[in-house]
Amino acid sequence: MRTTLGMAAIIAMVAGAAADSDAALAQLMSHLSQRRHGHAAFVERQFIAILDRPTEVSGELFYDAPDRLEKRTLKPKLESLILDHDTLDVRRGKTTRTLNLRDYAQIGLFVGSIRETLAGDLGALRQIYNVAFTPVTDGWVLVLTPRDSRLAIQVAKIRLSGQGDELRAIEFQRPNGDHSVMTINPLPDN
Amino acid sequence: MRHRIVPLCLWLGLMALGGWLVARAHYTADLSAFLPATPSKAQQFLVGQLKDGLASRLILVDIEGADNAVRATASLELAHRLRKYADFRSVLNGEAADFSRDRDFLVAHRYLLSDHVTADNFGVAGLRSAISDSIDMLGSSMGLLAQDLFVRDPTGETLQAILALGQFDRQRRDFGVWVSSDGRRALLLAETRAKGSDSDAQERAIGIIRTSFNEVRTVGESSHIPLTLQMTGPGVFAVEARSMIQHQAIRLSLLSSSFIATLLLLVYRSSRMLVLGLLPVITGAVAGVAAVSLGFGVVHGVTLGFGVTLIGEAVDYSVYLFIQAQRVSGGAAPSGAENLAPSAWTATLWPTIRLGMLCSVCGFATLVPSAFPGLAQLGVYSIAGLLAAGLATRFVLPVLLPSGLTVNVASLGQVFSKGLVKLRAWRVILWLVLFVAGAALYANRSHLWNRELSALSPVPLAEQTLDAKLRADLGAPDVRTLIVVSGNGTEQVLVASEAVGKALDKLVTQGVIASYQSPVQYLPTQLTQKNRRASLPDRGEMAARLRQALEGLPVRVERLHPFLDDVESARRGPLIQRSDLEGTSLAAGLDALLLSQGDEVHALIPLKASGEGPQAFSIDIAKVKRAVESIDAAGAVTTVLDLKVESDTLYSGYLQNALNLSLMGFGAIVLLLAISLRSAKRVFRVVAPLILAVLTVMGSYAVFGHPLTLLHLVGLLLVIAIGSNYALFFDRETSPTHPAGPRILASLIVANLTTVIGFGTLAFSTVPVLSALGATVAPGTLLALLFSATLSAPPRTFSV
Repeated sequence: MRTTLGMAAIIAMVAGAAADSDAALAQLMSHLSQRRHGHAAFVERQFIAILDRPTEVSGELFYDAPDRLEKRTLKPKLESLILDHDTLDVRRGKTTRTLNLRDYAQIGLFVGSIRETLAGDLGALRQIYNVAFTPVTDGWVLVLTPRDSRLAIQVAKIRLSGQGDELRAIEFQRPNGDHSVMTINPLPDN
Repeated sequence: MRHRIVPLCLWLGLMALGGWLVARAHYTADLSAFLPATPSKAQQFLVGQLKDGLASRLILVDIEGADNAVRATASLELAHRLRKYADFRSVLNGEAADFSRDRDFLVAHRYLLSDHVTADNFGVAGLRSAISDSIDMLGSSMGLLAQDLFVRDPTGETLQAILALGQFDRQRRDFGVWVSSDGRRALLLAETRAKGSDSDAQERAIGIIRTSFNEVRTVGESSHIPLTLQMTGPGVFAVEARSMIQHQAIRLSLLSSSFIATLLLLVYRSSRMLVLGLLPVITGAVAGVAAVSLGFGVVHGVTLGFGVTLIGEAVDYSVYLFIQAQRVSGGAAPSGAENLAPSAWTATLWPTIRLGMLCSVCGFATLVPSAFPGLAQLGVYSIAGLLAAGLATRFVLPVLLPSGLTVNVASLGQVFSKGLVKLRAWRVILWLVLFVAGAALYANRSHLWNRELSALSPVPLAEQTLDAKLRADLGAPDVRTLIVVSGNGTEQVLVASEAVGKALDKLVTQGVIASYQSPVQYLPTQLTQKNRRASLPDRGEMAARLRQALEGLPVRVERLHPFLDDVESARRGPLIQRSDLEGTSLAAGLDALLLSQGDEVHALIPLKASGEGPQAFSIDIAKVKRAVESIDAAGAVTTVLDLKVESDTLYSGYLQNALNLSLMGFGAIVLLLAISLRSAKRVFRVVAPLILAVLTVMGSYAVFGHPLTLLHLVGLLLVIAIGSNYALFFDRETSPTHPAGPRILASLIVANLTTVIGFGTLAFSTVPVLSALGATVAPGTLLALLFSATLSAPPRTFSV
């Protein structure tokens, strides 16, 4: 009986938490969507099984609401990746490629998930992912898991964390165990 | 009785023979009527390519409407259906499946295809540098694309092989299929198995695409913007041009025939005479087609289209006979009809028509030596047709004429006679006309003629624009500047192409050209492949070098065993042969650039101009020629060609040639008139109105800023041919032995009306070549009649 009551209490708590978290998530998203521009430094480390050490690249991120995001890698090699609406421009060395987001899911997913989060576009995120929200002591964590099984081949989980209306870290987990961590530090707008 | 039976039997026999020839004739509707049969071998080869080469077999398909996702589904469904038909060699729409075989091929042969494979790059330092680049790549945004291949290909040779292909798969995609640069249209590229010049097969292929599209268009039913399909390409043009010319020729012929028939019925008031009046026309048409078929072996659709033009002149002959004949038999009252007026007509008026006919023959004879098959055929067709129509009028019609021939045109003739007197009074205005036309021609003398070959294209401008748009969207071959390398045997030509490529690489660096395509990008020479293979060390050596190269890098040799395996198998494996490409889209790419003709092999190396905007399509040919001339072509012959300049030069040459021939033809007409008329004054009276009519028409075109083409020249020849009949009759009228008559005048007006109706309808055709002809001849002949009348001398005795 006790256990039943305990279970009921837990269920009630979880349900309440879920309702709370839904409201909090909506609040976070609306908070994020207020932001029109963003400029930040990033460091991205990739843990790839075939490599003994993680790779590390760093550079800057630029965001203009609602749908332009640029990832400008400065080290070790210059590279620019611009996501504008649904086209992806990749410049590396002398080559420039213009890709369509939908057709290069592997690349598009990553930048796409950042952009939709920054835009506070919960609807767009939920079309592709199951979105789990957890408030933590000094901020929030969003965990995205793909809804589509074809997408699940590419990505197991994306974990975004931040404070207030600022995105601070993104972790990207591949089904084979490879993963990457990007830490983000806001820079003053220029 | 015999004199009636013999010509009839002869005519029936010849018509039966002609009819048999017409039925057996082979008809074609490709664009070759407008492709000059060129003298030079390289150009002949190019014309052949335009007719039958890969580019001629491509059909570009564009799907519009609905939304991106629906268009993509339609594209996938359509391609899926089309691939089931043997009519298509390939159907590409950007699907991943299209390229998975290409990718497999490139991965499997990367050590023979990549120009990065050298002994140096496979030394310790080279390996180290390439592998650390690849590790950088893994960490980059594009890393996920490279990860799967890393352990097999840590030096990135697959990427090198892809880059070496240059144009490889640059097309923009949406929902997995090719789309236009604005993303609003889905694009497919179908290559037919049949040649582009095989219009029947092309028509079938186009039909299959249409039917299949109609089956798949239902995917867009829920959308409020329905899906639509557009197609373009040389085969599509040929088929459309053929059906358009056939449709319009038939429709316009029917239309003008019914107009002419109505007019003649009004004048003749006898259906029997109307039918008889068409006899010379039919005889002429049959004789014309039969002569072309005998002379050329094949009849161009365009030539048939001109069949309508023969109605204009051939119907005149019977008009002259029917209306004039009575005049000779005994005055305005047609009571003594059994006097056999026609025989008197043949004695007195026929010589005038014969002279007019011979003038026309002189005019058209100038077309026969033309290098354009279409024009030469038109010349033969017209000469045979006019002679046959004339002979039928002279020998067959009089026999068949009813004894009670009555055409009452007395009142008509009187009205015209009065008008004629007034016209003569206005004679001085002709000087003004001459002056204005001359001034307009002089002011526009530099751009009177359109010297571009495209001016002759039977394809309407809208279609040409659509084609250019789709080509730009798809990056489909639209070759303008190219280098042709010709030699004996594939390897020799490939070796020379490789040398040309090295010279072109320098031009790319200098910015003279943006890029080029070459068959060696798909199939490197055997020698180059051997060198690449030889630069790969054996497995033991490779492992040792790799171990050294990886020191300090975050990868261990153990992880890269797949790499060692692949290098070893490439080192022991065979070289790539042409047949290895079969089944990939690279095979089509190679086939487009490497062509065999008997023992000869030709490599095509298309150049792409650098820069964008108005200068984007100009390449400094002189620089390219200098760079290419200096190379050692190993016995092969290299030619640098600018196709547009090349074909425009050719066309311009033909235009000049045709102009010269026309002037000669005109000279021949004057000579013929001088011999027959034996009077400079009379020759002038005949020729002056014709020249004036031609100048006025040309002047009007100049004033309206419409440059003239070869087809307008043909039209002007027709004006002289038909107009000479008018001028000759007016000349007769003034000759002392043959007093003038309103009947002749009436016959001329009726004859001219039929011509203006016949060609006037043609002027409304949407086929440029047909409308050019109509819009020249209809006003030209009307003016020729007006001017002939105005310039005619008043008769000494004028009676109605």
